[in-house]
Amino acid sequence: MYNQTEIIKDTTNLGPDGELVVNMGPQHPATHGVLHLVVTLNGETIKKIEPHLGYIHRSIEKMCESLTYRQFIYVTSRMDYLSSHINNTACALLVEKGMQIEVPERAKVVRTILNELTRIASHELWIGAMAMDLGAFTPFFYAFREREMITDIMEDTCGARLTMNYIVPGGLMYDIHPDFQTKVKAFVKQFKEKVTEYEDLVTGNVIFQSRTQGVGTLSYEDAISYGCTGPVARASGVSCDMRKIAPYDAYDRVEFDEVIETAGDSFARYIVRVKEMNQSIRIIEQLIDNIPEGDFVGKTKNVLKLAKGEFYQRVETARGELGVYIVSEGATTPYRIKFRSPGFSNLSVLDHIAKGSKIGDLMATMGTLDLVIPDIDR
Amino acid sequence: MFLKDYISDVYNGVTSLLKGMRKTGYYFTHSKEIITEQYPDNRATLKLADRFKGEVVMPHDQNNEHTCTGCTACELACPNGTIKIITKFDITPEGKKKKAIDAFIYRLEMCTLCNLCIVACPSDAIIMAPNFEHSVFDRSKLTKVLNKPGSKIKEGIE
Repeated sequence: MYNQTEIIKDTTNLGPDGELVVNMGPQHPATHGVLHLVVTLNGETIKKIEPHLGYIHRSIEKMCESLTYRQFIYVTSRMDYLSSHINNTACALLVEKGMQIEVPERAKVVRTILNELTRIASHELWIGAMAMDLGAFTPFFYAFREREMITDIMEDTCGARLTMNYIVPGGLMYDIHPDFQTKVKAFVKQFKEKVTEYEDLVTGNVIFQSRTQGVGTLSYEDAISYGCTGPVARASGVSCDMRKIAPYDAYDRVEFDEVIETAGDSFARYIVRVKEMNQSIRIIEQLIDNIPEGDFVGKTKNVLKLAKGEFYQRVETARGELGVYIVSEGATTPYRIKFRSPGFSNLSVLDHIAKGSKIGDLMATMGTLDLVIPDIDR
Repeated sequence: MFLKDYISDVYNGVTSLLKGMRKTGYYFTHSKEIITEQYPDNRATLKLADRFKGEVVMPHDQNNEHTCTGCTACELACPNGTIKIITKFDITPEGKKKKAIDAFIYRLEMCTLCNLCIVACPSDAIIMAPNFEHSVFDRSKLTKVLNKPGSKIKEGIE
């Protein structure tokens, strides 16, 4: 008869100091995609985490180099598919900036509303999925009920639920659906009533609090030095909201607060996202009654050609700062294109904040980083 | 002190659990507020949005006429090479040659439903249809010819 220690001695996975290497992923329910983490354990304590990337690499940056400035926008929906609308906006803004295209006011306001709806939809999905990682099954369905209303609005106006491709350089692809305003108002009303359900189910839950409070703490300095953006950095007290720092579209004329928490743990990252949803609702409420009349797309040339030079545009997606960088040689296609994705920098901090904690806490840490793997690999 | 903490922990745990279970119980007894769609069973009444991007189709009127001139604007706009237009030359009654489409080949398996071809079309010859049940047993069945056999271009479309 073996006892337990003898069984471990028999395996060949042991390192020099009694370390055990565990492969988490690429097919693991808590990684939400094909992320492969090589976790080095000492007992139950994490000593090192090494993320292995590239399982869903589609070479989007190289693909974009062979597509024209109208065509490359649809590919970016496939990067961070939960905030695909915001990715499309970033690319359209860059082309507009490079060609000095005048965007009508109506298009700007509609873009802003749809961006905020996308942000709420993304955070809704995240709440459901993360609560499920931590063992709570019910919040998933409640979160998806509200998310379904948003996807219905998207389906009506854009014609697709996830990869919209509704934005073209110069404005919108076609005008908004006649029912757009009534549906958004109905959603805002329902969301305000039902958001208390998440507070009851998740925020106030003792098990959830004790699993997230003090877990995966990221300090202010580390958040800056690792290049974290979005809710991950704002939970550590870093002010990094692109909508405030470099306003685009209609963000300069709306009032909203940048949500900042100082604790830096998983619970703070949760709170930031819940409060951000309320701020998004605030932005939508200010704009939905004041959609200006007029054209939905500005005048553009038939063939778009960016001037020779380098262009950069950054926007705030649901996960942080997305940067689009284009080097143009004056042709109809970009010479080089580079995306600075928020997920990659947020993943790089995982090894730092999860070191020394128990393996059970890794779920909470990784869940609150809100990783979307196609965004990291591109 | 230990006992006091223990009892308050248990009390807090039970109250938060009951709070959550109350929500669950509410929806258990109010089944009308549940919005789940019973998909394969409700296929007859299922209505998708008008703009839903399912596949590209070419509408024909009752005389079997379409409005496609074969200008290949959609072919150039497509990022994936989904569309291939083969043109031919019809002889008009006046004896002139007129360009017309022979086959509008559309490969659904390569299409990403980005809507760029619809926007590019100057004569509104193609539209997006809300069909989403595309499963077939063979991939070659997804390559479609959109213009119907024997169809011709509508009068007055240049």
